[in-house]
Amino acid sequence: MVAPANALNEGSSLRVVEVSKHFAAADESDGGTHALDRVSLAIAAGGLVSLVGPSGCGKSTLLRLIAGLDAPAAGELWVGHEPITAPSAERGLVFQDPNLFPWLTVRHNIEAGLVARGVLHEKRHEVEEFMRLVGLETFAKAYPHHLSGGMAQRVALARALINHPKVLLLDEPLGALDAFTRMKMQDEVLRLWEARGTTMLLVTHDIDEAIYMSDRIVIMTPRPGRIERTIEINLDRPRQRNSPEFLRLRSEILELLHFAGETTREPIAT
Amino acid sequence: MNTALVPVKEPVERPAPAVKANRVVAPPAAAPAEKLCFRTLLAVPLAAALGIGLHLAVRKNDPEPDTTSWIIFLGSILGLALVMGVVQFFSCSLRRWMAHMCPIIAAALGLFCVWEIITSGFRLLPLPYFPSPASVLRNLILDWELLVKSTWYSLLLLISGYIVGAFVGIVTGICIGWFKQARYWGMPLLKVVGPIPATAWIPLAMVISPKPMFSAVGLVALAVWFPVTMLTMSGIANTRASYLDVARTLGAKPSFLIFRVAIPAAMPNIFIGLFMGLGTSFLTLIVAETVGVKFGLGWYVSWAQGWAEYAKVFAALVIMAAFFSTIMTLLFKIRDRVLVWQKGTIKW
Repeated sequence: MVAPANALNEGSSLRVVEVSKHFAAADESDGGTHALDRVSLAIAAGGLVSLVGPSGCGKSTLLRLIAGLDAPAAGELWVGHEPITAPSAERGLVFQDPNLFPWLTVRHNIEAGLVARGVLHEKRHEVEEFMRLVGLETFAKAYPHHLSGGMAQRVALARALINHPKVLLLDEPLGALDAFTRMKMQDEVLRLWEARGTTMLLVTHDIDEAIYMSDRIVIMTPRPGRIERTIEINLDRPRQRNSPEFLRLRSEILELLHFAGETTREPIAT
Repeated sequence: MNTALVPVKEPVERPAPAVKANRVVAPPAAAPAEKLCFRTLLAVPLAAALGIGLHLAVRKNDPEPDTTSWIIFLGSILGLALVMGVVQFFSCSLRRWMAHMCPIIAAALGLFCVWEIITSGFRLLPLPYFPSPASVLRNLILDWELLVKSTWYSLLLLISGYIVGAFVGIVTGICIGWFKQARYWGMPLLKVVGPIPATAWIPLAMVISPKPMFSAVGLVALAVWFPVTMLTMSGIANTRASYLDVARTLGAKPSFLIFRVAIPAAMPNIFIGLFMGLGTSFLTLIVAETVGVKFGLGWYVSWAQGWAEYAKVFAALVIMAAFFSTIMTLLFKIRDRVLVWQKGTIKW
């Protein structure tokens, strides 16, 4: 997509074809939850797409399917020309909770992916590079409980990126951060994205975040989880959070999700 | 003779600091490492001197013929406390250590005084069964060779039994916690056989084992095995699913998931199991030694009891207290090293 020149192109295209997923209910009569119903989605290599929607619409389920952590009931998932059957280092995943291994220092957390793949010896030099990339070189020996939320999430990003994933799945990665840290981290994620050309799929509750960051916003509805609408964002980068186009898009999406508020339709009579 | 001098020296030194004490006591919390308050500084020498004085007053009531060792013991504490009281003016770390330890040492000395009053002083307790502290110390010294041998033997039994039990327990715990098949077959066995106290196996162990030594090691191992297995299993089985998910998306193979995620995540639990196992291993060791093996501290206690030498029984108890608490402290140290990453355990 709009990857600047001289950047890496590590990303790979992602295709989700008619994917369905059910969850068995604890109560037999209920018939279970229809988490995803024939969802299809395609992202070009190096794209950044946001998934937006109320909770229970299957955003996280879809992400887990793409990560290979769960198998779909029906449908196909492809990364490039390979079908997704199991988790792989090619598809990194970052959760809302950084989920750093608390028994490892920052450095060893970032190394974990190299150790897991058994390539630590050849690629040890990259650890420094990734610690610099997220600005944590001075915290190499710190344990995760000494880090602030933003720092921990940066470590989680570095940990996922050190495997050079073709696709990075972000499940509300900035959801637990305060507003200022979140805006800073949005820029940081964008910087990493532009530098590496990784394909990114971002689940978020924050509409501003979705508009600010993504090429395209996919709006989902719950029960059953379906794609309601797709909105292309053609604003220039870096984007202005208060530009008229930005605000117009914002109110359009809010309308679509029925969160615009009553006042926009019928002003309160005085 | 020189011991008689000590209590005389004491009152001479005392009045001068006692006057100052009122002034110095005021800001103790503000700067604990800066200066020791005189109450802390004098607590140990005073308690030791009190103990010596008390002993001299009541020693004629003690059936023990020679109690010089007790006076030497208290006298050396007194001397050491006085020397350290001077040295601490020049050593900051010693001062900090003393600020922390002096009250508790003084309290222990105070307890000895109470013991002395109850036994030799007023003879409140029936005599062969409750000897004075002086008599216990004398027997400890007289019988040291046998006590050291017994302790060494107990240590061998305990360490070998504990290591076997802990190792097997961790391995079975990991298997039952991780593999579904192992859980299906292993869990019922664990639930049915595990809760039987290891000591209940003693009669059977005696018959099966060719040497009493082996049966004791086996019993200790069994006593350790159950809590370690149980806690390891629950730690492994309760590994946060998201850690495993993250590891899988980092390209982890099953071996990485077990050894680099599940086991480290279960470490706090495993250590709880190891501590519980240590407690049961002490118990089992002593009981096993009492009934089967012809050496060790448990044997020593029942042997001394057979001769109605209760001072020796108490001496063995003192050794056990020192022995077991040392091992406990060692395990705490290991835990602190292994679990540095846990919140609050260590500051970097």
